[in-house]
Amino acid sequence: MIAIEFILAGMLAAATPFLLAALGELVAERSGVLNLGVEGMMAIGAAVGFITVYSGGGHVMGFVLGGLSGAALSLVFAFVVLVLHANQVAAGLAIGIMGLGLSAYFGKPFESFTVTGAGKIAIPVLTDLPAIGGLFRQDIVVWLSLLFAPALWYVLKHSKLGLLLRAVGENPHAASAIGYPVILIRLSAVAFGGLMAGIAGAYASTIYTPLWADGMIAGRGWIAVALVVFGTWMVGRVFLGACLFGAVSLGGIAAQTVGLAVPSQLLASLPYIVTIVVLGIISSNRRLVKLNGIASLGEPLEK
Amino acid sequence: MVFPKLIRRERASLPVLIAAPFLALAMAALSNLMLYAAIGVDPVAVFKAMLIDPFTSYFSFSEILLKAGPLLLIAQGLAIGFRAKVFNIGAEGQFILGAIFASAIPVYMPQATGVWIWPMMLVFGMLGGLAWSAITAFWRVRLNANEILVSLMLSFVAIQLLNYLLLGPWKDPMGFNFPQSVMFQLDALLPILLPGTRVNVSLILALLASLAAWFFVLRSFAGYRLEVGGLAPNAARYAGFSQSGAIWLSLLIGGAAAGLAGAAEVAGPVGQLQRSISTGYGYAAIIVAYLGGLHPIGIVFSAFLMATLYIGGDNAMVSAGLPIAAVSVFQGSLLLAYLIAVTFVRRKLVWPHRPTA
Repeated sequence: MIAIEFILAGMLAAATPFLLAALGELVAERSGVLNLGVEGMMAIGAAVGFITVYSGGGHVMGFVLGGLSGAALSLVFAFVVLVLHANQVAAGLAIGIMGLGLSAYFGKPFESFTVTGAGKIAIPVLTDLPAIGGLFRQDIVVWLSLLFAPALWYVLKHSKLGLLLRAVGENPHAASAIGYPVILIRLSAVAFGGLMAGIAGAYASTIYTPLWADGMIAGRGWIAVALVVFGTWMVGRVFLGACLFGAVSLGGIAAQTVGLAVPSQLLASLPYIVTIVVLGIISSNRRLVKLNGIASLGEPLEK
Repeated sequence: MVFPKLIRRERASLPVLIAAPFLALAMAALSNLMLYAAIGVDPVAVFKAMLIDPFTSYFSFSEILLKAGPLLLIAQGLAIGFRAKVFNIGAEGQFILGAIFASAIPVYMPQATGVWIWPMMLVFGMLGGLAWSAITAFWRVRLNANEILVSLMLSFVAIQLLNYLLLGPWKDPMGFNFPQSVMFQLDALLPILLPGTRVNVSLILALLASLAAWFFVLRSFAGYRLEVGGLAPNAARYAGFSQSGAIWLSLLIGGAAAGLAGAAEVAGPVGQLQRSISTGYGYAAIIVAYLGGLHPIGIVFSAFLMATLYIGGDNAMVSAGLPIAAVSVFQGSLLLAYLIAVTFVRRKLVWPHRPTA
């Protein structure tokens, strides 16, 4: 019971880095671009965000600069794949390796330093509820993310911008023929994805676990990419997937508190194993994936 | 403002194709040296330590040969898959499983002697890598799951498995509590190839594997089927080439090669199973494969280049105070620069004519 309360209270905060990065990647993929560099963009966002906050720039500035550094890296990726027509898989990996390297390079003098996180904002009355009360005590970024997700859903589903994005992802040649600037739209979508990955990284290093350690992103960027597939490119399902991973990543600590005798390495590998299993379950529903998938995903505009 | 345009060439340019890796190296070197200068590390000292010093002594040159072995093996295996558009990026995990499987023999039979031990370890290593990549192949073929994500996630799991073994059942009881296995007996170590160095027979294996890859890719019908499947999936289907067969074959070759490399590492320079058994070989090999143009002969050259960067990076760390992370920045930017350079194999820049009136 205590374990469940613990998971419920921490789940949303643990889910936030996954959620922000995955929603950014969702937008990029909706436009038809597969960005596999999310891990590196989160890492550079985490490093820049942490260095900013540690040097006294404040959390807001940390998020701004962390986000912008992720966006800058994603623009390099976008230029290479959209303007120079490079292979998206290889370019994404290259950017990912570079981002991880740069974060370690600039973060080295700050290794295992800490900063102060952010306070919690509680919703009165609801937070006093038994068992689930912890759900209603979250930091500001979690609350903002909870507002951001439905807003993004609305924009994608009901605005002209969302429709444009879908047109570009589904049939770029037709979209180009009726005069839409396909390259520019894809470039913006990828930059948005990089921005969100950078912000997600900054959240991880300055609020969720407010310290800098090389390799602290630990595959979360890759799980975010997988989450987009789990969510079959839909905001609501990506949100649910992010919550699941938030819960799973806390499961290890929860299991230890109730005294379960499981090797800690098994618990540490749980998020990856769950990713593999869920990916298998969702993908094996070929109809679902085909129905919601993005037709031009990963394909260059001209061969 | 007048922007140049990228126009498709009528035929691919061979000179640009050959020049691309060198251009990429120059671009990456230049931009990285600027980066070093920005954090106050002397770029001239780094350049000398990284790209010149490794070639100035017999021993450090032999260390390049030693590093090139695993990179060459893994990259040859991966390139076969990449040509078929099967993106196995989990070679790191397959390498680790190869190292674990190979170590099982000396860990459980530390007293055993005989010339069969090291060859058997190499076979075990191949099986380990093969088994790990088979999970990805099954997930891709039977469950339709993306092989990039599955193979990568399995690498994270492999690291935890390695940690579990080294902190638990396989920890050397006399090892002062360090997370490492017992030191392997003499018969569990690969014979040395060049006297006075650490270069062992696995380099021969890597070169033989390159020859086999050359034959498979450019001379065999199975290789041809894989290639068609990657270039023109519809044509391959029409010709009756099995797509699932191609995925299985690509992943199993990649896994076996990476597993063999992992086995050769524990039975070679390391001599025991350690946490730091791989220094990112699985990821570096992806870059090696692309930099070699996914061509078996090109990969031989790019593997030696990447090995030089590893040894040179270590030198630069000691002599010029370069952070170790600089090596992965360099690797990433090298691949990126290569992707930029190869754009111009099939395309050329054309400046629009300015109006002369």
